[in-house]
Amino acid sequence: MNYTILILGMAAITVAIKAGIFLLGDRAAFPAWLKQALGFVPVTVLTAIIVPMVLAPHGGGLELTVRNPQLIAALAAIAVCAWTRRQLLTIVVGLAVFFGWQFGVL
Amino acid sequence: MQHSTRLSSFAAGMRDTVPMLVGAAPFGVIFGTLAATSPLAPWQGQLMSMSVFAGSSQFIGVGLVAGHAGMLVIWLATFIVNLRHMLYSATLLPHVAHLPLRWRFGLGFLLTDETFAVMNAYYLKHAQTPLGHWYFLGSGASMYVNWQLWTLAGLLFGATFPQLQSLGLDFAMVATFIAIVVPQLNRLPHIAAALAAGVFAYLFKDLPYKLGLLAAILIGVAVGMALTRRQAHGGISVERT
Repeated sequence: MNYTILILGMAAITVAIKAGIFLLGDRAAFPAWLKQALGFVPVTVLTAIIVPMVLAPHGGGLELTVRNPQLIAALAAIAVCAWTRRQLLTIVVGLAVFFGWQFGVL
Repeated sequence: MQHSTRLSSFAAGMRDTVPMLVGAAPFGVIFGTLAATSPLAPWQGQLMSMSVFAGSSQFIGVGLVAGHAGMLVIWLATFIVNLRHMLYSATLLPHVAHLPLRWRFGLGFLLTDETFAVMNAYYLKHAQTPLGHWYFLGSGASMYVNWQLWTLAGLLFGATFPQLQSLGLDFAMVATFIAIVVPQLNRLPHIAAALAAGVFAYLFKDLPYKLGLLAAILIGVAVGMALTRRQAHGGISVERT
């Protein structure tokens, strides 16, 4: 794959979305159902990306064991985030558990 | 308080964005480090920050490249993830519609989650402000420069420690996404949408070109909308806060 073309395509798509409404002005209109659907996009996209990485980190079958540091650290990060709602703390604790579990427990 | 000159309005926009600059910094470093340890060349990582300038789609782009996704799938994912900016620009449009084309294009390009939050708050307080676009530019331009610098720092960090990849650095992306998603899971339709997307993303994970990812997103959005509709009709009255 030509990564430069990939990146410039991503840029063209993003700029068209970001600047499109500003450029169209009042000719742009949004149906209510589309607004509602867009509200679910962030949580579904991000979750769909990370769940396979956590449940099957080696790309094979399900790894629902304590020997899967991705799974343990993800559960820790979810708990910290649900409890504190602090983004940076969540990332730091998640990474600490991930690396700590790899070197300390396994 | 009105800002009397272009410069003072620009500076005020920068100043009010400082908390967002600090918040974006670690994400810039993580993105740069991921890019440095991905198949992308370092300059391509910087090019992505300079031309795409949208954090979550950049993370997804790098993650999908590492996962051998097809180009069309990455473009589709970019499209879906960035659609939320349409809501932002539709909200801000009344305040920029009178500007010349080059201003509207430039401010649109600089629009991010962070600058939207700053501008939304600003326009709520200053509905009629002739120099508001300079404030907008101050916020957007400072976010832009900040993102480039932290991306560069991450690229240098990742290039200095290439063995980071074998340690499983992609977990930084998992932790980052958890930190973004979990605070948004405060209502039943959102929780169900995320669960459905996660379950189907796992079940479909071996479909070619990561097409399973797109299918899982569509199923998750459909589940969320169906539940919202049932709640609106009084079918379910569970409301978590």
